[in-house]
Amino acid sequence: MEQAVFYLFAAILLFAATMVITVRNPVQAALFLVLAFFNAAVLWVLVGAEFLGIALVVVYVGAVMVLFLFVVMMLDITAAPMREGFARYLPVGILVAVLMVLQLGVVILSDDVALVGGLIPEPAADADNIRAIGTVLYTVYVYPFEIAAVILLVAIVAAITLTLRRRQGTKHQNIEEQLSANKANRLRVLKMEAEPRQGGEGAERQ
Amino acid sequence: MIELSDYLILGALLFSLGVAGVFLNRKNVILLLMCIELILLAVNINLIGFSAYLGDVAGQVFVFFILTVAAAEAAIGLAIVVVLFRSRGDINVAALDAMRG
Repeated sequence: MEQAVFYLFAAILLFAATMVITVRNPVQAALFLVLAFFNAAVLWVLVGAEFLGIALVVVYVGAVMVLFLFVVMMLDITAAPMREGFARYLPVGILVAVLMVLQLGVVILSDDVALVGGLIPEPAADADNIRAIGTVLYTVYVYPFEIAAVILLVAIVAAITLTLRRRQGTKHQNIEEQLSANKANRLRVLKMEAEPRQGGEGAERQ
Repeated sequence: MIELSDYLILGALLFSLGVAGVFLNRKNVILLLMCIELILLAVNINLIGFSAYLGDVAGQVFVFFILTVAAAEAAIGLAIVVVLFRSRGDINVAALDAMRG
């Protein structure tokens, strides 16, 4: 039963990954990547990694892929010229992929490594995955955890500074300039000679 | 019961698909970023498989950190793509020769 579920979702995962790299439309590629992430999350939950399965759906599907979709839709890219060279690079792409699968397969399936037949133990019924992760994450791995937080902060700052731009011609307040203004910037007192009265009615009325 | 080698083979196939995608989609930087996400997903599947096989939660903590770094990488990468599109008007990888690399 478990194996059937695994093979089903693994097949959908590989199908979605294939579609990601071959489909013509970038929006469709992003949506197929979402499908791939969902299936990977199911496979993770299947062996008891519930927290990461949920985190994959919430963080990746919910945030990162939505960001991808935003950028894909924001940039006005025509799909047709994007396919140039697809047929040219197809043989070398397939060659590299098949070679890598063969090499990795030789290692994984070889008798020396003794991985074949190693069954993944079923998670216990009362296993608490989130408690297990939290227990080590905030004790043993607390320093890497804080570094990860700093990395996210740096990513926020970098993304904002990269895309921030001040457009010419827009009207906005410069608060700093306003606050640093003093009397000398605004008021000018001129010393000048008193001018003699010129006579005539026009001058008197002024 | 699922075998560990099933997870490893799946990870290998997914990794190869991601690498093949990098070869195929030379014209679109966003698709290249998606292929990198596929490769990272393959690595994470391997780590989860070994973590469950060995009963060691450290593997899952590593996946957690990989997810964090991958999210940061995606955010900065997409920001660079947006800046690139603003300044050049397209995101063709072959046209990016300003640094004569």
